[in-house]
Amino acid sequence: MSELFKRSFQLFKLTIRRDRIRASIWIFALAFFTLIIPGSFQNLYPDQQDRDAMAVTMENPAMVAMVGEGDLDNYTIGAMSAHQMVLITAVFVGIMSILLFVRHTRTDEEEGRVELIRALPVGRLATLHATTMYVVFVNVVLAVLVAIGLMVQPIESLGIEGALLYGATLGGTGICFTAVTALFTQLSDSSRGATGWSIGLLLFFYVLRAIGDIGSEALSLFSPLGWTTKTMIFTENHWWPIFLMLAFSFVVLLLAYRLNAKRDLEAGLFPSKPGKARASNNLLSPFGLAFRLQRTAFISWAVGMLLLGISYGSVLGDLDSFFQGNEMVEKILVQEEGYSIAEQFISIIMTVMGMIATIPALISMNKLYGEEKKSRLELLYAKPVSRKTMMGSYLLVAVINAFVSVILAGIGLWAAGSTVMDDPVSFGTMIGASLAYIPAMFVMIGLSALLIGLKPNVVSLTWVYLVYSFIIVYMGNLFQLDEWFSNVTPFGHVSQLPVDEFEVVPFFGLIGVAIVLVVAGLTFYSKRDIQG
Amino acid sequence: MEKVVDIKRVTKKFGDFKALDEVDFSVRKGEVFGFIGPNGAGKSTTIRILLGILKATEGQATIFGKDVWNDSMEIHRQIAYVPGDVNLWPNLTGGEVIDLFAKLRGGRQTKRREELLERYKLDPTKKCRTYSKGNRQKVALVSALLSEADLYIFDEPTSGLDPLMEQTFQEDVRNLRQEGKSVLLSSHILSEVEKLCDRVGIIRDGTIIEQGSLEELRHLTRHHVLLETTSSLDGLRDVEGVHDVNQDGNTYRFQVNAEQMDQVIKFASQYPIQKFESAPPTLEDLFMRHYEGTDEVVE
Repeated sequence: MSELFKRSFQLFKLTIRRDRIRASIWIFALAFFTLIIPGSFQNLYPDQQDRDAMAVTMENPAMVAMVGEGDLDNYTIGAMSAHQMVLITAVFVGIMSILLFVRHTRTDEEEGRVELIRALPVGRLATLHATTMYVVFVNVVLAVLVAIGLMVQPIESLGIEGALLYGATLGGTGICFTAVTALFTQLSDSSRGATGWSIGLLLFFYVLRAIGDIGSEALSLFSPLGWTTKTMIFTENHWWPIFLMLAFSFVVLLLAYRLNAKRDLEAGLFPSKPGKARASNNLLSPFGLAFRLQRTAFISWAVGMLLLGISYGSVLGDLDSFFQGNEMVEKILVQEEGYSIAEQFISIIMTVMGMIATIPALISMNKLYGEEKKSRLELLYAKPVSRKTMMGSYLLVAVINAFVSVILAGIGLWAAGSTVMDDPVSFGTMIGASLAYIPAMFVMIGLSALLIGLKPNVVSLTWVYLVYSFIIVYMGNLFQLDEWFSNVTPFGHVSQLPVDEFEVVPFFGLIGVAIVLVVAGLTFYSKRDIQG
Repeated sequence: MEKVVDIKRVTKKFGDFKALDEVDFSVRKGEVFGFIGPNGAGKSTTIRILLGILKATEGQATIFGKDVWNDSMEIHRQIAYVPGDVNLWPNLTGGEVIDLFAKLRGGRQTKRREELLERYKLDPTKKCRTYSKGNRQKVALVSALLSEADLYIFDEPTSGLDPLMEQTFQEDVRNLRQEGKSVLLSSHILSEVEKLCDRVGIIRDGTIIEQGSLEELRHLTRHHVLLETTSSLDGLRDVEGVHDVNQDGNTYRFQVNAEQMDQVIKFASQYPIQKFESAPPTLEDLFMRHYEGTDEVVE
């Protein structure tokens, strides 16, 4: 038996050595994200009155579906932080565990590294065991850091037991998904498949819990993410979900180990189905190819934007009670006469969603350079395919992405908003507010096209520019910055409907700028050397 | 002879680095031209200039008499290209890629598709992610051979193929030549070039240092000779044109300049010869002669 595990510990050390930076970044980012929350809630909601108002908002079924149940009658800073943050953080801990696990098992197996290891006097289960130890270790370190970090904060409601439980909940959820991934890496025969199945199951558990939390309680108990929300950290401090998590992980891991000991290297237990022998007609053009390569991402972003719209929309009904007298919010929302807080909120939310919707559009455009770096364009350019056709195809995909993302966000916002608001905003207004962002998004796409044509190695500057735009436009009022700062970003010229009047000149001005950028991009791109 | 590819004094600079320095050669209609040189000598850069992917800094290159940069669309309708390192899209199948390439070239050939897939033993239903280097190369090869091109450009096409597939490929290149197509074949495998090519160009440090038919090039270098006699051949070393004499008993191995073969035979005929073998230089000899320093270059 011990033969199977031989030299696991050496491999464990090797794994840590390989991932010391990657794992540190994950741990640091997740811990940081968790630990800044109580302090900022302290600033945002200094009085119990504010927090109780927030608690009322959180009774909304949409919020329960999103963040899970909490102890709303006893909504201290601690209870509030845990209620609003622990589930979403746990989801990211789960994703971290999945990615780290697949990286050291299936990916290594695909790349032939496991074969190299297995040829040495190393146990058959050593790779799996070392990876399990490693990902569990990462989760434990995260749990300890979070627990200590919460304990040392000078906030009364953050008790020691709650702090320990918070860490244990995050770590425990991570270990559950470590086990789930261990199982899927045996079942699927590719790293993509294993990652896809694991993340798919994570989403399934999330939705199962959401349905359970708003309706049939029992369903939540069948989801590890349901257990996550049942801990009631900083109020009742339930430990039983943690034991349930560990028991679940142990059983699933046992099954994974058994399967691993039996299966052949590079084999999976799911049958891998053959792909298409012939291409469908949709694929057979530069545009068809560009779209096909991004199809999954396109659909995921579309769904994501719709959900984002819906989740913002679902809070529109309670805004007035929620924001009244909150200083921070008042600074961001400069009171405009004649508009309700909800309408002002919509303007701000559209700004945020407009910029988030720019992300998939930019990814689409920048992919043209990504393809070049991977030397996949050389074969295409050896055919009678012009540079302009190729760049044009990626431009078109990016533009479609921009439209779909921003409109779906608007539709989601409208659909959820109109069910919870007493005086809903009309569909036309909401779509208008979304479309107002299109020219600014075109400018971002155009900028990417220009850089790809002129100096492709700095094309990632488009991201820096987007982040800059976000900070300036979103937080501009807060920092009381000079107008100059927002004039240099396209998003600074967008009419923030429905509060602002629609202005024609900047709208078409931005489109004009975008056209100039695209034409310049096409021209330069046709003239330069292609790397591969 | 009509020139299908004509490169005149093409120079390519990347910043300060001169990758090609006045490269000059041509491929004639209906011939297989071998393009040889070590890694980094400029083979792929030359080919990429021919494809209009890189722009020549100076000089002129044409294919079918058309400028490779300005008229690339027209040229590409009539050429097929297989790179040395085939990079495909991991989430498309081989079959999809073959169809895509056929369509982009114009038309969707199906007639020989199954036959070629069978011939190269390629499963078109596998995702490119799962293909080995050799299989990815086969995808590009099948796609190229499916096209009804006039010029085929192969950049180290067999570097990932097994010996059997290599033979299949060589047969196909011979068939292409019989059909009157032109082929530019860049390769590391000198025996392959020797078997297939009518003419050869050797590139070193971005410059073509030798170009011509194998016969012509052989003329410039030494033959290998083996002599067996019953008595010792005194004075063999002094015969003009004889180099690197190796004596093992009464067996002599040495090299002879092609032009001075006559003198060697006259000298040897004075002795009781039991065995006389002469082998022409291999391409490898030609190649090595250019790469192992220049102190022994034959006049």
